[in-house]
Amino acid sequence: MAAMDQSKIRNFCIIAHIDHGKSTLADRIIESTGLLTSREMQSQVLDNMELERERGITIKAQAVRTVYHAKDGGEYIFNLIDTPGHVDFNYEVSRSLAACDGAILVVDAAQGIEAQTLANVYLALDHDLEVFPVLNKVDLPSAEPDRVAAEIEDVIGLEAADAPRISAKTGLNVDQVLEEIVARIPAPQGDPEAPLQALIFDSLYDSYKGVIVFCRIKNGTVRKGTPIRMMATGAQAEVVEVGYFGAGQFIPCEELSAGMVGYLTASIKNVRDTMVGDTITGRDRPCSEPLPGYKKVTPMVYCGLYPADGAKYPDLRDALEKLQLNDASLFFEPETSIALGFGFRCGFLGLLHLDIIEERLEREYNLDLVTTAPGVVYRVHKTNGEMIELTNPSNLPDPSEIDYMEEPIVSAEIMVTTEFVGAIMTLCQERRGVYLGMEYIETTRALLRYELPLNEIIYDFFDALKSRSRGYASFDYELKGYQPSKLVKLDILVNREEVDALSFIVFEDSAYERGRKMCEKLKEEIPRHLFEIPIQAAVGGKIIARETVKAMRKDVLAKCYGGDISRKRKLLEKQKEGKKRMRQIGNVEIPQKAFMSVLKLDEE
Amino acid sequence: MSAAEEWELYLHLPFCVRKCRYCDFLSFPAGEEEKERYVRALIEEIATQKNRPQAAGRPVVSVFLGGGTPSLLSPSQIRRILEAVRSSFALADGAEITMEANPGTCGKSALSGYREAGVNRLSLGLQSVHEDELRGLGRIHTFADFLATYEAARAQGFENINVDLMSGLPGQTESAWEETLRRVIGLSPEHISAYSLIIEEGTPFGTMYGAMSRDLEVYGEYEEIPARRRASYGDLPPLPGERADRRMYRMTKELLADAGYARYEISNYARPGRECVHNTGYWTGRDYLGLGLGAASLERGSRFSVTADLKRYLGFDGGDFAAGRQYGDVRRLSKRERMEEFMFLGLRLIRGIRAKEFIRRFAVWPEEIYGAVFARLTEQGLLSRFGGETDPERRYALTDFGLDVSNAVLAEFLLDERE
Repeated sequence: MAAMDQSKIRNFCIIAHIDHGKSTLADRIIESTGLLTSREMQSQVLDNMELERERGITIKAQAVRTVYHAKDGGEYIFNLIDTPGHVDFNYEVSRSLAACDGAILVVDAAQGIEAQTLANVYLALDHDLEVFPVLNKVDLPSAEPDRVAAEIEDVIGLEAADAPRISAKTGLNVDQVLEEIVARIPAPQGDPEAPLQALIFDSLYDSYKGVIVFCRIKNGTVRKGTPIRMMATGAQAEVVEVGYFGAGQFIPCEELSAGMVGYLTASIKNVRDTMVGDTITGRDRPCSEPLPGYKKVTPMVYCGLYPADGAKYPDLRDALEKLQLNDASLFFEPETSIALGFGFRCGFLGLLHLDIIEERLEREYNLDLVTTAPGVVYRVHKTNGEMIELTNPSNLPDPSEIDYMEEPIVSAEIMVTTEFVGAIMTLCQERRGVYLGMEYIETTRALLRYELPLNEIIYDFFDALKSRSRGYASFDYELKGYQPSKLVKLDILVNREEVDALSFIVFEDSAYERGRKMCEKLKEEIPRHLFEIPIQAAVGGKIIARETVKAMRKDVLAKCYGGDISRKRKLLEKQKEGKKRMRQIGNVEIPQKAFMSVLKLDEE
Repeated sequence: MSAAEEWELYLHLPFCVRKCRYCDFLSFPAGEEEKERYVRALIEEIATQKNRPQAAGRPVVSVFLGGGTPSLLSPSQIRRILEAVRSSFALADGAEITMEANPGTCGKSALSGYREAGVNRLSLGLQSVHEDELRGLGRIHTFADFLATYEAARAQGFENINVDLMSGLPGQTESAWEETLRRVIGLSPEHISAYSLIIEEGTPFGTMYGAMSRDLEVYGEYEEIPARRRASYGDLPPLPGERADRRMYRMTKELLADAGYARYEISNYARPGRECVHNTGYWTGRDYLGLGLGAASLERGSRFSVTADLKRYLGFDGGDFAAGRQYGDVRRLSKRERMEEFMFLGLRLIRGIRAKEFIRRFAVWPEEIYGAVFARLTEQGLLSRFGGETDPERRYALTDFGLDVSNAVLAEFLLDERE
């Protein structure tokens, strides 16, 4: 392919709140530029993973290149980069944005701006992207495009009066969007002759080609045989193939030059060599400095993952290794629990990330897992001056060795209709939130700013938020830093034996309440045995709460005659099978789901 | 196994006046014509056994006419069925021939006819002496009906009678149960079966009491169930909790022992020598052949059962029966499964299982298979050994506590696949 005329390239992404129609608009753009006929289209082409489709969210960044014949007679290359749509993947979002020159802001004309929209728009503006708004779902009876356009102008300061009013679902006015892309998104500016400088915005492991690196060429040109180097990780390789993104397929080409978006492969074995945000340069003719913004992603949430069947430990390790090939932000290391045996301490970007990994392990690798309560990374400052980052409550040093502890704090933005402001403020107070301020977006909606400890929001904060605002609140946060806090380890004793896998770190003043609820919950989860089982919560060896699982005194199948024997066998087998799915602690059988009890303390 | 090994027959007669609310047996109301068609099919099925080499010459030690309500058949129908049995099978001298009968379905002359047809043991479903409890269960008779039937049976010469009773009924008090027991003891039947009510899915009771019964399994006592759950049950009288249920079991055992009835199985009590031969066969692993709709069999290590589809059953002819086309779910038991059954059925008997019998069947001492289970259960006070460690006559039996929680105990005798 001859050197590409950069003025005919448009690299852009779509910013939207979940359900505002990002993927549907992407589908329409792909469809109307003729890459696929609508019959060939599976709905939402860009959400590749089965899980992504089910949950209606994007987990990995995707990209697709289409050709658009504009009304001015020109033929334009569109590179649409789809960004992950969840706060857990904020950093990935920022890297995807950095690969673009502009963004389409999709706002639901019935619902208006949400907290996440706002966060992503600011992120895009921070990256100097040209952002233009589109009002979607104007076909809905509840749509109020005028009101929402005014809101966009007031809140974000983007000119929105002439914004295309579309229905991505029916295709209404999507042609206007295509013209706006040509008119408003700037063409890339880069020097194809300069030293190579390319931004990695995602990567994918393929068992034949090795790592497939998704990149945006900022300067220079790369082709087969180019020796390259990743500037942050230092990994070196020789390019085997370059190409661009068809719909759901990789299309090889001669070269990628400045302004283009595409992929390269170079027999790279590990995605950790191609971290998102890193800069690819030429080994022999490097650029003077990397592109800005790279940061090493660190997990925010940790939990223990154990195979329900101890014999499946090697299978779990293999599965985690395979997932890690595609997911550089997944962390794991072996750990041992007295209660659960051999397993892994795993680190995740957030609870959704955890959820997704857990579900993929169970679905794609057929593993039955026991998960321990997720926790954040605490900093433990010891009296000897040493500081440890605590990811497993069991490793908490003896209290006498602890000088003080710190916990991660986030700054959160919550957007809510004014009638629920009181309820949401109460919720934030309960979660030890520090009020920073409130702005009225318009007369009926407010943006609340809080500082919250991360361990107060990782479990069920989002659910609580939704239920206390009847679904109207939206929420975004980012890690702000660490702050000293009065934290204690809450231990659970079952039949007087401490169960390490049930311990968790808790704010001292909440310990009694959490301990009490935990005992109540476990009382419901642990089936009755032939003996009485005390369940106790303790802090520093002192019992603070207790419940008792009463002994079972009667369990008889009164009748068993000729016709009942097969049924009786099934009943006994079920009883035995049920026991197999439990963990033996001393002589008590604890069901697997009990280890997640701490997550459910706020139900009802 | 020699061809001469004893076995027994079960004949299923699936008709009833109407379903009781707790009943999940294969039974239904039917007209005279349908009953007669059924009897003919059953007789045809029995007749084809004549030519089956597996059955030839094998002594039958008991026959059980169960249902449903077999006493809805006329004496002549019963006679024809038993004649067919005699002509196809080697009925042993003095074989126990039991028929289930419901009070209110058979008068004096009918009873006399059954007696003449060869029935020598009656099993009467009474369940309770209290009219409110009988109504609650959906029974079709009163206690007075029962008394009339019982007296008539005695007068017609039945000297081996079982009475079925049921504890754990909704709203039942311990004193109500005591009265049921005392009044039945006063009649001196030879055998008493005292069950506790099981709430089965797919029955009216399952719909009414399912949630309550499951919650009771979790919480033990009605009062322990969280109020918000209890509120969902509606206006039903509570099922007795675990404590009351257990006291009723104890009371049953004591009152019956005082009156000369020994408990020989979890729910069965008998005067000496009057234990039910037929049911004991089930618990000791004796072969049995089930004939009639849905009837289950155990024959030479296989379990199988007749179709439960009445239309199909009535459509079979002699050729179908001879070819075994009435059977479904044939399942060959592995040695492991046979050992498991030997244990979980045999331990229902109060006398337990004999080590010698285990080695005779499986050519291995039970300790080699179950040593660890025996040790664990003994330590927990659920199992006892009678006789020395090497005594060939040694037995293992559940303790009273073990019997109370027998489901949990018996499940321990299921082996892992690879063992």
